[in-house]
Amino acid sequence: MSATAIEPRKKSLLDRLPVSSHIRQSVGLQRTMLLIGVVLCGVFVLAAVFAPLLAPYGYSQISDDAGSFPAQAEPGGKHLLGTTVGGYDVLSRVVWGSQTALAVIVAAVVMSIFLGVFLGLVSGYFGGWLDRVLVVIADAIYAFPTLLVAIVMSIAINKGQSGFWGGILACGFAITAVFVPQYFRVIRAETIRLKAEPFVESAQVVGASSARIISRHIFSNATRTLPLIFTLNASEAILTLAGLGFLGFGIEPSSAAEWGFDLNKAMSDASSGIWWTGVFPGLAIVLTVVGLTLVGESINDLNDPRLRGRKAAGGKGSPDPAPGAQAAIEVEVRGF
Amino acid sequence: MTINLGSVGDRHSPAGRPVLEIDHLKVTFATDGGDVHAVKDVSLQVKAGEVLAIVGESGSGKTVTAKTILGLLPETATSGGAVLINGNNVISVSAAKLRQIRGRDVAMVFQEPSTALNPVFTVGWQIAEGIRAHAGGHGGKRVSGKEAKARAIEALRKVGIPDPEHRVNYYPHQFSGGQKQRVVIAAALALNPGLIVADEPTTALDVTVQAEILQLLRDLRDKYGTSIVLITHNMGVVADLADRVVVMYQGDVVEEAPARVLFAEPKQDYTRKLLAAVPHLGRNSASEGMTERAHQKAKILVEAKDLTIEYPGRLGTPAFKAVDGVSFTVSEGEVFGLVGESGSGKTTIGRAIAGLNRTTGGSLKVLGYEMLNLKERTFKPLRKDIGFVFQDPAASFNPQLTIGDCVAEPMIIHTSPSPAQARKRVAELLESVQLPASYAARYPHELSGGQRQRASLARALILNPKLLIADEPTSALDVSVQAKVLELFKEIQAEFGFAALFISHDLAVVDILSHWVGVLYKGKLVEQGIGSQIMGAPQHDYTKRLIASLPVPDPDEQARRREEHRALLGI
Repeated sequence: MSATAIEPRKKSLLDRLPVSSHIRQSVGLQRTMLLIGVVLCGVFVLAAVFAPLLAPYGYSQISDDAGSFPAQAEPGGKHLLGTTVGGYDVLSRVVWGSQTALAVIVAAVVMSIFLGVFLGLVSGYFGGWLDRVLVVIADAIYAFPTLLVAIVMSIAINKGQSGFWGGILACGFAITAVFVPQYFRVIRAETIRLKAEPFVESAQVVGASSARIISRHIFSNATRTLPLIFTLNASEAILTLAGLGFLGFGIEPSSAAEWGFDLNKAMSDASSGIWWTGVFPGLAIVLTVVGLTLVGESINDLNDPRLRGRKAAGGKGSPDPAPGAQAAIEVEVRGF
Repeated sequence: MTINLGSVGDRHSPAGRPVLEIDHLKVTFATDGGDVHAVKDVSLQVKAGEVLAIVGESGSGKTVTAKTILGLLPETATSGGAVLINGNNVISVSAAKLRQIRGRDVAMVFQEPSTALNPVFTVGWQIAEGIRAHAGGHGGKRVSGKEAKARAIEALRKVGIPDPEHRVNYYPHQFSGGQKQRVVIAAALALNPGLIVADEPTTALDVTVQAEILQLLRDLRDKYGTSIVLITHNMGVVADLADRVVVMYQGDVVEEAPARVLFAEPKQDYTRKLLAAVPHLGRNSASEGMTERAHQKAKILVEAKDLTIEYPGRLGTPAFKAVDGVSFTVSEGEVFGLVGESGSGKTTIGRAIAGLNRTTGGSLKVLGYEMLNLKERTFKPLRKDIGFVFQDPAASFNPQLTIGDCVAEPMIIHTSPSPAQARKRVAELLESVQLPASYAARYPHELSGGQRQRASLARALILNPKLLIADEPTSALDVSVQAKVLELFKEIQAEFGFAALFISHDLAVVDILSHWVGVLYKGKLVEQGIGSQIMGAPQHDYTKRLIASLPVPDPDEQARRREEHRALLGI
């Protein structure tokens, strides 16, 4: 048996990151859908990060050196997408709104991931009364309509209205309360499955402590589905945020731009033929949600070997499968 | 010569004309890693009333070949060449035509009878399903429910299910594993196909049941002239049943010969190695020539006295006794082999010694610690003296950690070494299980099954344990790999001198390693003694039956043993 014949192959970073590895695997329609999703999400994130540079005016700006902005001005000229009834520039509001949305997504999803994953691991691994209590609470939260829970949380935390960070955190907490049960459920189910795997038993046999088993053996294996839930939840987080804003529980227009709030204010415009105040924030919501959903659904399909499309066999120039493993088998079989 | 399109009238081929003809078959799978050539170039023929065995290790393409015969390949596969069944090329016929061929001209028997049957329908319904599917349409007569049932009863009678009139209305869970496999065979026989493809038909069954199913398949051939394509990795089964053998290796046919000739004088190197690797009962016994139990003066490490382990029953049902009043001892340096069929409680005993199961009665002392009412906190220090090797090497490694990390795990937990110390020790251990030290940087999926099991052995031995528990360590491996792992195990045991509890369902494997053998049957230890004596002169009825059922890889010897077995059962 030759010792040095087969060097372990390290995968490049690009191959190991969730989304980029999926792009490489995909073919055909699945690839197109994933790429469209990635582009939409990319535009969203870029707009959020570079909002100060991209937006022609501030989110709460209603006048410049030339004087006050006209109210309900049609798209064109100084205001590419027109202005609202309050004199805000629609384009600026839409661009700044992406920043708010991103901040809320990150705050909400990060909080719910930490809490949900931790509770799921502990509850799934130890079981017993703790598990039962947590499952009942999660079920109870499930039973409420998402938006209702978010409204109640928003009122409880911040009395409904607030400034930029306060508002974002309030929205974040509200969405967290809705999402924690989802992460909790998924991670708990995975943990229960992994608990019976021989590699966890083999750790028990050598005397590993529960904390070590959870952190070293179960955690990394149970969290593989997280990129998927993350993308799907992010789109739901945007919708919840927009819903809160639309109902008037969002962030005040003077402290941040918020698509849902703008939609609410655009309601009365719609009947009087002023379309631009409603269409553009609405479009921003739709495209962002579509982008995130496309990425999430594509990852979901690509993670499942049965749903994953492949190039037909017999194509030219395709490399041999996993040379390391193949060679290892050959060495083993031939060398006996 | 007439062109045969497989019409109903002349589907039973005249003698001499092959029932199945595979001509330069080629199957390629598209996978994430590129194309895999599962079958490269296979040509073979099956004559009427012949049993053709296709043998090979995992990855040889034998199952893919079998699935091609029924057109069961997944969408990711592309196939070339020809598979002719009564003149129809399965690869190129339309889906509708293929449906006609399946069941009527060729049928399949699957490996796992409990998953091949649908649990929510009666077995009679499932057998009749094929009959109804082929009746009606194409000018044929519809089959009434009554007639279909009558034919299902007939099929059940053919496969030896007692009281078929009554049991045709039973659900699959009301049958035992062996009977379920009989039902699967009955469903395959329902339309009287000329050819049955049996993919590892006895692998999921216990040896005593396996012997019955093999007898049934033999009767089918003798009484009804059914041709059988038998896919298996078990050379004993081949020797028992096959007329002709095709040996496959990595998608190619290596050798084709009548069974007697193949076993007596294999021509190819690969076949010779394969046959040499098959454990043969009574050869290469670890306890050969022993007259009394070895290691009796040494310290006793494990002592079970009337050990009882119960699994709690559901509400209203009594607890299930997995282990019932078992007493045995394992001394320092001794290899104790525990043999039994599925459900005999052998794994439960192994797990109880490792503290994975709780004991419920009697006494079990492991390294002097009483396992009844085990407290993890007080047992933990003793764990470093116990190594455990699991059955499935693929599942017993954390896929996210490297082999080096996995092997070092027990050491890190118990002795908290520096990274350099750990690396050095891992390298030493990998060396002693004959793996290159560089494999420490690999991930488990980058190793083959045999290599993983060696790494698993290295992990179990890294703290120099006094006791090693090996639960079916080789049953997930191919024979050639199994032979090497067993040899390694034997060498390392001699070198390290640990005591071992070796659990297996395979008598021949246990005999190769163990000094002292215990036979478990339904939770009771029915017999224990020196390995070679138990294998040579079993005392208990069950042990006799177990040993007689085990097919040996030699057609002539197996034919003789088969007669003995029948005599034993009084048939």
